Amino acid sequence: MAKQSAWRRENPPRSAQPAANAAPELDRLIHERLRLGIVSALAVNESLTFSDLKRLLKSSDGNLSVHARKLEDAGYVACLKSFHGRTPRSEYRLTAVGRRALERYLAHMEALIRATREG
Amino acid sequence: MGTLKPIRTPENPPVAMHDHAMDHLRFIRETMEGASAFTAVPGFGGIAMGSTALFAALVAAQQPTPSRWLVVWLSEGVLALIIGIWAMARKAKSVNVPLFSRPGRKFALGLTPPMVAAALLTLTLYQDNLLAPLPGIWLILYGVGVVAAGTFSVRVVPAMGLCFMALGACALLGPEAWGNWLLAAGFGGLHTVFGMVIARRYGG
Repeated sequence: MAKQSAWRRENPPRSAQPAANAAPELDRLIHERLRLGIVSALAVNESLTFSDLKRLLKSSDGNLSVHARKLEDAGYVACLKSFHGRTPRSEYRLTAVGRRALERYLAHMEALIRATREG
Repeated sequence: MGTLKPIRTPENPPVAMHDHAMDHLRFIRETMEGASAFTAVPGFGGIAMGSTALFAALVAAQQPTPSRWLVVWLSEGVLALIIGIWAMARKAKSVNVPLFSRPGRKFALGLTPPMVAAALLTLTLYQDNLLAPLPGIWLILYGVGVVAAGTFSVRVVPAMGLCFMALGACALLGPEAWGNWLLAAGFGGLHTVFGMVIARRYGG
């Protein structure tokens, strides 16, 4: 196996911070179905490969790649690129920022349901 | 001539906000349940089962009678079952998923029928004093169970099942003397090797 590169985007770029910190507003970044699926799947696994996510979320290569990249750019997931022999392999894991964003999103959804029931 | 339809029909009322929220929460839960299939199979449990099986193979090889050899392997089977259930429960707890959530149920349903078949065949063959085919039968049926149970899991799980089936075929077609050592290679070696892969790549 070739030497592995470091996890990419462990620390989110400055531009991504507002999305993660905007607590009262719905986090549009993970509100999208496929991105929510990626984050949810990674929340219960230490890491998953691109192929695992593709199979799990029944997504196409292109679609998954675009959405995973958006999460990566925001610092919600980290990607480790490596080679298995000559085959490239991408392994994703949820960052602390991504986990907090999912927790905030869950709290937001639960609050919405509570508010509707009480109202 | 075409008919006029209102843009929003009474049959399709707007979805309430809380229904959207419920739908999203359901989707998150289902995705996590589906993804936890990746973690339902315990890697460290496999390593522990492999270690006890290797020890059992050494002990079984020294037994003077086939009946005592059978007792050693049956004891190992019970011990492995306890380790497996304990490790699955521990892993499920670590990711906050119930042991018998959908992935757990799927795994149990896939594995149980071949295990019941193996137990019945063992009983029948023991009554007929035919112990030679047992290693092959155990390995093949366990392999079938793992392939079936691992259908909805990561590829490494059914791959492990296929390796068990291959060893089972060797045990059935090869000399009787290979039986104990093929059991060691399967329940000891394969559990340990695949357990390490699962533990490293799929969170324990």
